Amino acid sequence: MKNNGLTGKLLSSPYIVWAVIFIIVPLGMVFYYGLTDKTGAFTIDNVTAIMSAEHAKALWISLGLSLISTMICFFLAYPLAAILANMNVSQHSFIVLIFILPMWMNFLLRTLAWQALLEKTGVINNILAFFHLPALNIINTPYAIILGMVYNFLPFMVLPIYNSLVKIDPNVVNAAKDLGANRIQTFFKITLPLSIPGIISGITMVFIPALTTFVISKLLGGSKILLIGNVIEEEFTQAGNWHLGSGLSIVLMIFIIVNMAASAIFDKDGEGSLL
Amino acid sequence: MKSRMNKIFFLSICMVLFLFSAGCGNSAEGKNGEVIVYNWGEYLDPEVISLFEAETGIQVIYDEFETNEIMFPKVEAGATQYDVICPSDYMIQKMMEHGLLAELNFDNIPNAKANIGAQYWDRSKEFDPENKYSVPYCWGTVGILYNKTMVSEPIDSWSVLWDEQYQDNILMQDSVRDAFMVGLKLNGYSMNSTDAGELEKAKNSLILQKPLVQAYVVDQVRDKMIGNEAAIGVIYSGEAIYTQRENPDLEYVIPKEGTNVWIDSWVIAKNAPNKENGEKFIDFMCRPDIALMNFEYITYSTPNDAARELIEDDDIRNSSIAFPDLNQYQNLETYRYLGEEADQMYNSLWKEVKSE
Amino acid sequence: MIKVTLKRIYIFLIFVFLYAPIGTLMALSFNASRTRSKWGGLTLKWYTSLFDNREIMQALWNTLFIALVSSMTAVVIGTVACIAINKMGKRKRAVIIGITNIPMLNADIVTGISLMLLFISFGIKFGMGTILLAHITFNIPYVILCIMPRMKQLNPSTYEAALDLGASPVHAFFKVVFPDIFPGVLSGFLMAFTMSLDDFIITHFTKGAGVDTLSTKIYTEVKKGIKPEMYALSTIIFITVLFLLFLINKAPKEK
Repeated sequence: MKNNGLTGKLLSSPYIVWAVIFIIVPLGMVFYYGLTDKTGAFTIDNVTAIMSAEHAKALWISLGLSLISTMICFFLAYPLAAILANMNVSQHSFIVLIFILPMWMNFLLRTLAWQALLEKTGVINNILAFFHLPALNIINTPYAIILGMVYNFLPFMVLPIYNSLVKIDPNVVNAAKDLGANRIQTFFKITLPLSIPGIISGITMVFIPALTTFVISKLLGGSKILLIGNVIEEEFTQAGNWHLGSGLSIVLMIFIIVNMAASAIFDKDGEGSLL
Repeated sequence: MKSRMNKIFFLSICMVLFLFSAGCGNSAEGKNGEVIVYNWGEYLDPEVISLFEAETGIQVIYDEFETNEIMFPKVEAGATQYDVICPSDYMIQKMMEHGLLAELNFDNIPNAKANIGAQYWDRSKEFDPENKYSVPYCWGTVGILYNKTMVSEPIDSWSVLWDEQYQDNILMQDSVRDAFMVGLKLNGYSMNSTDAGELEKAKNSLILQKPLVQAYVVDQVRDKMIGNEAAIGVIYSGEAIYTQRENPDLEYVIPKEGTNVWIDSWVIAKNAPNKENGEKFIDFMCRPDIALMNFEYITYSTPNDAARELIEDDDIRNSSIAFPDLNQYQNLETYRYLGEEADQMYNSLWKEVKSE
Repeated sequence: MIKVTLKRIYIFLIFVFLYAPIGTLMALSFNASRTRSKWGGLTLKWYTSLFDNREIMQALWNTLFIALVSSMTAVVIGTVACIAINKMGKRKRAVIIGITNIPMLNADIVTGISLMLLFISFGIKFGMGTILLAHITFNIPYVILCIMPRMKQLNPSTYEAALDLGASPVHAFFKVVFPDIFPGVLSGFLMAFTMSLDDFIITHFTKGAGVDTLSTKIYTEVKKGIKPEMYALSTIIFITVLFLLFLINKAPKEK
């Protein structure tokens, strides 16, 4: 590896150029819009607008709903990933694909399908009525939004955790057992700590999209609950105030940076482990 | 492991070849140039485009938008140059004021003056005072659609949307102007009001109504009403005909407090690269047989009197939903563009309603 | 034994949850009524009318074309980037990975809008090209995420050994490194392909006149209700993928 520096530069430059043009510069433009008003003069009003009652409330509800969804995803996904990881390993790619497969049905259609399932006269309630069970009335409530979030983002929690669990050397676990640790101790001392990078990237991959979604609250929440994603989307598509939309997007980016910092601390190799 | 990868590779290569072969067959150039049309989603019978292309040899590049507000910045930015656009009334006024529209040469659009009814040209004057920029394409009213089996008393007023016995059975429109139109009309104000006090009152009404509302929707009123999901919904008259066909229990009414009469019209962009082809396109759309095809496909009322005469079904030709006698109703209005400041006021009040 | 059963039940329930809406969509594709809230009896007519629908078929080709080209490009750029990142120092690597993660973590709408602003201000005409650029941009992070872990597991001495034995760097890469990272490349490709296929928001803001993907088509259709042909098409796509998956897994496994 004599020409390490030179080849390194040569290899990294196409991607760095790409990243600068298509990631950094566009973000710069969001910042430019967010920090100016219609006349092009500098202002921080668009960012501080988050403090206004409606925006703060929307952000607060979004944070709450996405936290709950992330937690549910985690508690559903961890046991599932553990079960899958202990199954025959030769089926690795198959397991991954089974979770990606639903994505081949369009996201909007999948969410619309949940609407058809949950509606007052929907599929689930028809089945419940058939067995003379009480109706399920969660459509157009926060519960339906949480369900939609969990449904859409669960694979993003399962896959990283599954991957980090699969990577654990069984010998380490066996060694712990040989040294007299019981199952619970082994789990908390060995398995869980080793799967933390997976958990962190899982949390990131669920929390951020849940925080910024607007389609789910529209289709399953009946637009009665305003999430911060809806506010931003409406500024761009309905109200036509791109400056305010960009300003609020800057606020959202703060959460993304916090999240990135957290993954940097826990996932020192900086590799993430989605797959 | 290896054979599996080989298989995946083989399959993807097959797919690439397939795609390229499919892609190549599609490069039919129009021999008389092209026309770029920007229309509402699902707002035209696709068959009509094929007919136009076959008759004129002009290739149609067709694009769709969902709201006037999404369309506007795209046209304003000019990153895609459109020829023919189909905005609504108040947006036409806004585009005119921003200098985005070209005056039409009506010599190239003989079918427009010949077939479009006089009353629609009159109404258009509210946003296009000299009828120089726009040709009406579709129109309608906004009203209440209700399910006869779920409602006991006769319905003729917006106030039914505030009736507590219909809690969780009401569908409201999820757009600023339409929601505030209902709120303003309920309080007896103009729907083009820019008075802060009147708007505040309308906002309070809408907040009061919120606990009764099942969902704020735009397009899904239709499916939900057909499926008996709700008893009452605010809907565009064009949708009403279709929903009644699917569910005979549904009835449409124009409330006595008055409502919005809207018009979506064809316009041509100032920077249109193919203005003459655009005018040919508009003219084609005004031909009675073509307008009839579009009417039957989208079920929104046509302002084309000649096309209306061609409708075979008497019930529809004389339907009071599709073609209401506007003189019979009071307080009918058309949206006007209220200026940036008023727009912002509406938007922030609407946000207050939604976040309540 | 009870434990095994419980595990099976758990997996089963999760799968019911994941696939219930998909089952619903499939059922809707056989519904003779045009609206989803009414069951009008069984029919296959949407499957036949689907192939006559020029717009939907065109949208399908666009979608597949964009997904394929963008994910392949992303794989090439991403793989090269991974090699480079792997050689970097810790701090530099952290910065690059941080930037890489942005399109994946950022709200789709912000990514979409920011790219739209970019294209507008540089006067790039919206169309197939802008969609491709946008898709490549958000696909690269997924590719890098999939390849990086494999890269780290590599033993650098095998590559050096190959060089010492006289192989050119390119030759050594394809003979020694590539086979080891190939599963990562493959899953990166699949992930990118899927993401591109499923994307709506970013495409929505970067597309030009007349270029529709299935997602944007569906979104515009929402105004007048989803056409049943869409359900039929989704069902066909889903069944095809399922079938391919089954085929690949059925293939005799060699070592």
